[in-house]
Amino acid sequence: MEFLKDLLGFLKERKKWWLLPVIAALLLAGALLLLSGGAAVTPFVYTLF
Amino acid sequence: MATKILGISAFYHDSAAALIVDGKVVFAMQEERATRRKHDPSFPVNAVQACLAQGGARLPGGGALSVDDLDAVAFYEKPLLKFERMLETYYAFAPRGAAQFTVSAPVWAREKLFMKRLLREGLAEAGPYDQARLKLLFPEHHLSHAASAFYPSPFSEAAIVTVDGAGEWACGSICRGSGAGIEMLREQRFPHSLGLLYSAITHYTGFKVNSGEYKVMGLAPYGDPSRAETLKRKLLAEAVELKADGSLWLNQEYFDYAAGLSMTRDGKWEALLGFARRLPETELGADYCDLALAGQRLAEEALVKLGAEARRLTGARDLCLAGGVALNCAANSALLRAGLFDRVWIQPAAGDAGGAVGAALAAHHIYFGRPRAVPEGADGMSGALLGPEFTDAQVEAMAASHGAVWEKVPDEALFGRTADLLASGRVVGWHQGRAEWGPRALGNRSILADARQPGMQERVNLKIKRREGFRPFAPSVTAERAADYFQPGPASPYMLLLGAVKEELRAPLPPDYEQLPPPRKVLVPRSSLPAVTHVDYTARLQTVHRETNPRYHALLEAFRLKTGCAVLLNTSFNVRGEPIVCSPEDSYKCFMGTGLDCLVIGNYIFDKAAQPAAKAEG
Repeated sequence: MEFLKDLLGFLKERKKWWLLPVIAALLLAGALLLLSGGAAVTPFVYTLF
Repeated sequence: MATKILGISAFYHDSAAALIVDGKVVFAMQEERATRRKHDPSFPVNAVQACLAQGGARLPGGGALSVDDLDAVAFYEKPLLKFERMLETYYAFAPRGAAQFTVSAPVWAREKLFMKRLLREGLAEAGPYDQARLKLLFPEHHLSHAASAFYPSPFSEAAIVTVDGAGEWACGSICRGSGAGIEMLREQRFPHSLGLLYSAITHYTGFKVNSGEYKVMGLAPYGDPSRAETLKRKLLAEAVELKADGSLWLNQEYFDYAAGLSMTRDGKWEALLGFARRLPETELGADYCDLALAGQRLAEEALVKLGAEARRLTGARDLCLAGGVALNCAANSALLRAGLFDRVWIQPAAGDAGGAVGAALAAHHIYFGRPRAVPEGADGMSGALLGPEFTDAQVEAMAASHGAVWEKVPDEALFGRTADLLASGRVVGWHQGRAEWGPRALGNRSILADARQPGMQERVNLKIKRREGFRPFAPSVTAERAADYFQPGPASPYMLLLGAVKEELRAPLPPDYEQLPPPRKVLVPRSSLPAVTHVDYTARLQTVHRETNPRYHALLEAFRLKTGCAVLLNTSFNVRGEPIVCSPEDSYKCFMGTGLDCLVIGNYIFDKAAQPAAKAEG
């Protein structure tokens, strides 16, 4: 929660709301990449990039 | 109540912690000294513990502090701003950044985005505390550098120039420091970075980025000036635009660091320069010496232009420097020679480790609004002797655990005895008092030898340091005697300026000199101080001051009284690839694992021949 509050405050201060979907995509991709230590997820990750 | 602030630099390279009490630097230490992992980037839990325990013990009525005793913890940069830069860079370079993204995204998603949590957890490792009460502050990266340069400086007003690889967006800045305030006037923004340009040249010449930059500086004097000028022009024509105000623009067609996994786009550089990137540990041909000189000249020109712009913007007569580029003593000396400023002061830990000191000082003076007293004496860094020290009992316990043989000698005899050892050609590990803050050994964790002996450079290199042969060692000289050996210049207590060996001490070179490869050239005696004189007759000079390091000063004086020479070879007490020693245990291990002849820890002298392991081998 603290992170989300900080992040939203930061985007508001910097007037960079357009980064929000990029960050969401990154967190999703990052989570996938974290999980992709297992080979089963890796092909799916490659299709994203 | 005194204001106590802990500064932290971490998670990139050279993590460190520093304790500031009422604006005074009480304790500062890099994590690598404790973990023995060079450039350790992890949370500096050992350094934090040492700050709280040893730093706290130094306060009036002292005892160990806990995190609860701190008014704030200041981290040296703004993680979200750095994250913004990364995202916008990926967006701007897409789809080129996919490779770098796949490497860095998990790190950010897992750790760096949640910096507050990381810091709280790291601090909890150092000891229990009330997390709800903790005040965490995040000054900008270059404000931390600027604060580390200005607040400990002896100036009440000054221009401040910071230059490094990259912080959040800024890669360099020009600020005005006045009283307790710092005003940022100009900023050089990523990806156009002087530090990253120098790192690109470091990479292309086959050295490791973020640690091999000083090797490029050491290699530069071997370059041919005319060929280096040609290379510089080629770089300026295609890859680099250096503007009159010191700002620069790097053509990203030639660089890969913004979006890729390397520093340079090697094919483009090869087409431009006419030779391929040197692979690490391969032969150092003339092309790479020339490129090192070209890069060094570019760095010097950029720094001088930045200095001129800082002078123009601030009107200040004095200058403070920090950021990794300020560790380049040749560039610092070029800036001094330009005569733009009356005095220049450089933070001894100018790289990212120094951000720990700067972040805490910025919090003290800017966030808490505390006034600043200009430090008394030379500066507010206590000769950079701000790290841990060890008691006699700890030395004896270490010696007992190894069955080491030692002799304890009182001060009256210690300096004379050590000077005798050095004068007889012995190489001595010299471990005294508090460890140094910053990357240079300044006479408390140093390997010392007689700089006059022609074979000494090779001997120290091959038997002890095991580093590249083309780099000469640095000299220490008492401040009062510096002018006897080196051309006039300002004091250089932190080994961040060059000194040129005086003409009358120089020796003629043999006729076949130009045909020699670089590592052999430096071995040709060219002065009466051959072990510390570079091929261009300069030396990375340390002036030793009685006020800040009386024991090292006393040793140099004892050596002068015996030999007539007030100069010693001083190199960091470590072997290649390892951090500088910190504890007596580190020093003894390094002593026994190398060709060092003697070790002096405080008043304890260890002779190699008398040690049990040496006897067993002998």
